Amino acid sequence: MDTSDPTPRDAANWARKSEALKVGDLPAEAVNLNVEGRRVVGPLQGFGQLWQKTYRLRLEGCAATPEEVVAAWKEHFPEFQPPQNRFFPSVAGVAPGEVVLINASLQGMPVQTGVMVLYADEVSFTLMTPEGHPESGWVTFSAWEEQGCTIAQVQSMARANDPIYEIGFALGGSAAQEAIWRHVLLSLAAHHGVTEQPVQFEKQCVDRQLQWDQAGNIRHNAAIRSLLYALGRPFRRN
Amino acid sequence: MSTSIKARRAGSGISILDISGDITSGSEAVLMSAYNEAVAHGAKTVVLNFAGLEYMNSGGIGLLVTLLIRAKRANQRLLACGLSEHYRQIFDLTRLSDTIGIYADETAALQAA
Repeated sequence: MDTSDPTPRDAANWARKSEALKVGDLPAEAVNLNVEGRRVVGPLQGFGQLWQKTYRLRLEGCAATPEEVVAAWKEHFPEFQPPQNRFFPSVAGVAPGEVVLINASLQGMPVQTGVMVLYADEVSFTLMTPEGHPESGWVTFSAWEEQGCTIAQVQSMARANDPIYEIGFALGGSAAQEAIWRHVLLSLAAHHGVTEQPVQFEKQCVDRQLQWDQAGNIRHNAAIRSLLYALGRPFRRN
Repeated sequence: MSTSIKARRAGSGISILDISGDITSGSEAVLMSAYNEAVAHGAKTVVLNFAGLEYMNSGGIGLLVTLLIRAKRANQRLLACGLSEHYRQIFDLTRLSDTIGIYADETAALQAA
């Protein structure tokens, strides 16, 4: 260990600690709702069962290195999303501590929320959710080389943030969300000219217990607040 | 850089894991093996000593979450000590510090155990 340099190797990769999220400059069409001033929440907070879901795709025949794949992933992240999921990174892009706003539709319901870039290095980046987001946890996007082939992976570790979301996930929200990350991986593959590879998927329940002490998270529920915001639109001046 | 984790007993029902090097998702086998060794003699409290930690990515934090859940299921208690200011901030940022008791050093952790 080099004790002459007290700065850890990962220091630049992590977001700075902050009590509340702050949203930077964004395009005019982005709805900034349910993110500003919220705290981030991880897999140990939230209400529902904790799931780890892994989506993996082999970029067969693609010459791009893991570093190049992740660089493209960061740069084109909003474009790789399905049409109902609009992502608005800040001008700094996918960088530690930056907030990415999400204007999405979940089973036909508007959900205005966002994520914070918790960690980013050359071969991975991790997004962490705020209070009110459907999930409490994080999702990591990464790439590595295996037997001469670059593998791209999305891995989430999260639980539903409140009882309403837990019911929503059981009634199809979970499958809808899985479809989103499959779409993102297939878009990434297509960007690199790979079109014939399947997405391998596995999921594991890490914690079956519901965290009833977190049931009050409903007060932050971004779907309810987004719906109320949409219903109130005709009565607002702007 | 690789991961080195050594388990040792520190009194009745308490074990310590001395963690050195890197903690990433690739450290799972060595961490879980050391944890199994730590609780093999019935320890109900395990102190994770991070004084030798040199690098941790988001995969490493995910691994610690899995360990916390596992310990909770088994009615075991996890404490942390020896975190540098940098890693202490990461524990706060990721909200691990909401769930795991954090102490400045091994002596303080053992007093609290």
